[in-house]
Amino acid sequence: MTEILKVTGLCTHFFTRAGVVKAVDGVDISLNRGEVLGLVGESGSGKSITGFSIMNLIDAPGRMTGGRISFKGRDLSQLSETAWQDLRGNRIAMIFQDPMMTLNPVLRIDVQMIEAIQAHEKVSRTTARERARDTLGMVGIPAPDERLKAYPHQLSGGMRQRVAIAIAFLNKPDLIIADEPTTALDVTIQSQIIHEAQKLTRQTGTAMIWISHDLAVVAGIADQISVMYAGRIVEHGPTDYVIDNPRHPYTYGLLGSVPSANKRGARLFQIDGMAPNMLALPRGCAFGPRCDRAVDVCAAAPGMSQSCTQKFRCHNPVPEAVKVAK
Amino acid sequence: MTDTQIIAPVPAKAETPFAQFRAEFFESKIAVGALITLGIVVVLALLAPWITPQNPYDLAQVDVMDARLPPGEEAFSGYTMWLGSDGSGRDLFSAILYGLRISLAVGVASGVIALFIGTFVGLFAAYVGGRVETLIMRFVDLQLSFPASLVALMLVALLGKGVDKIILALVVSQWAYYARTVRATALVERHKEYVEAAICLGLSKARIMFRHILPNCLGPLIVVGTVQVASAISLEATLSFLGVGLPQTQPSLGVLIANGFEYMLSGRYWISVFPGLALLLTVVSINLVGDHLRDVLNPRMKK
Repeated sequence: MTEILKVTGLCTHFFTRAGVVKAVDGVDISLNRGEVLGLVGESGSGKSITGFSIMNLIDAPGRMTGGRISFKGRDLSQLSETAWQDLRGNRIAMIFQDPMMTLNPVLRIDVQMIEAIQAHEKVSRTTARERARDTLGMVGIPAPDERLKAYPHQLSGGMRQRVAIAIAFLNKPDLIIADEPTTALDVTIQSQIIHEAQKLTRQTGTAMIWISHDLAVVAGIADQISVMYAGRIVEHGPTDYVIDNPRHPYTYGLLGSVPSANKRGARLFQIDGMAPNMLALPRGCAFGPRCDRAVDVCAAAPGMSQSCTQKFRCHNPVPEAVKVAK
Repeated sequence: MTDTQIIAPVPAKAETPFAQFRAEFFESKIAVGALITLGIVVVLALLAPWITPQNPYDLAQVDVMDARLPPGEEAFSGYTMWLGSDGSGRDLFSAILYGLRISLAVGVASGVIALFIGTFVGLFAAYVGGRVETLIMRFVDLQLSFPASLVALMLVALLGKGVDKIILALVVSQWAYYARTVRATALVERHKEYVEAAICLGLSKARIMFRHILPNCLGPLIVVGTVQVASAISLEATLSFLGVGLPQTQPSLGVLIANGFEYMLSGRYWISVFPGLALLLTVVSINLVGDHLRDVLNPRMKK
């Protein structure tokens, strides 16, 4: 297994008038070829910013203030803008949340796909077009020849997201960052898209970071899960362990609040309070004020603890014997 | 689920954004009427040399004996002057069609040139951003705070008469409208997600600007373009009427109106009124088309 992406201590801060927002504060990611990492967290936990930081697409007032991103062994921090242009869409691709918005409304699908190929490779239009058609077929779009000639508004939401995924896979990238790609879709389409994406990563060996707030979605596709809270990863481990036996109270709470057939009629678990104000994070453990397992030591920020299966950032973790009710 | 097979609704016909737009445009009777009127005016102007009984600028065909004939009178050389004749014996119908040619040519030429310059400047400003953008846009504000006719008047006074100089004056006084429109639209488009997606594809900045953002700015641009062509035509007529526009040898509608003005009080209304009506018809029909274009292209005005 070759390591595609290694992120160590990534910090992305936003310098606003009201103060410094530490949107991402010391995130580590390690990703091998063909592996899928699920990055889970609620809104504002910094998961999307992590994705954008890897793409070097942070706009002012935000800035990457620390950490190292190495992609296939190459340090990305010193890259010039042209080198970035060469990397984006070619070696690292991105899929966005809302397929209604990410395709240019006035350009036909074939124009947008051919353009994406020709931006990185000197190939003829016909070759590029053929490749575009083949890729559309790969993501399960029936009659790709007709779809190529369509405008985005003629396609349904699920179809457009398939096109967006096809565009991401066009240049056979090493890494795809998918930022909540199924959030805007309904559940049946969602499972099809996940199925398609999973199949493609297996086929092509592309590594993927799947950003989502939905643990159920991530559980279905990811090999590993990182749970983010207030700009930090609070728990990380192989999907099965994190889902079946979460150690961090936040992960435990998230999993407990997922409704399932067995919990019908029963009151769902609820995490008290609200997501913290990123301008004024609580002292010590950011989750402390909402945590029902909080103890005195939580006033000091917990470091990463390591069990045999997973890593977690907690002074008083959920015991290994306690499983989530399903 | 063994294999994902989805049955997608195939669109009944490939309805392009243009076809959709066309269908919406033809809903309004007034706009269609204006478009037809405009079409007739343009065709008449284009075909002027072949359908007019007289070439009003060929001195051999103009007879002073025919001067100031009222509408419907028969000329010395045999044909009927349905709109009468002017002070030097020119058939007004012919003169108006020839004048329309010049007015339309000047209006469209200056409109198109100003559109290109304005679009480029506006897009450039939105593209570079920062101080350069501020500098350009404040200059645009400065220019737009003067009335367009004043700017054009000053320039023509400096440059002198002639078709090329009038066009230049009109371009200078109008490019700023386009620049402002394009820059405003481009700024909105630039923050849309498809632009971010295009950046993620590794496309060059220039390509994103011209290939992705510019086509999405075309709606407002077309609207401003039609209105500005109409205003260029009336601005040129104003300048010519004031005697600083086109020379007598290339009489546009404005020159014709000015020529007839001295006869107004003696009851020979037709020399001024008919060119004036032609100008009115042209400008109003362009404006009606432009207005309706705005209704169709502006998503906020949609029902």
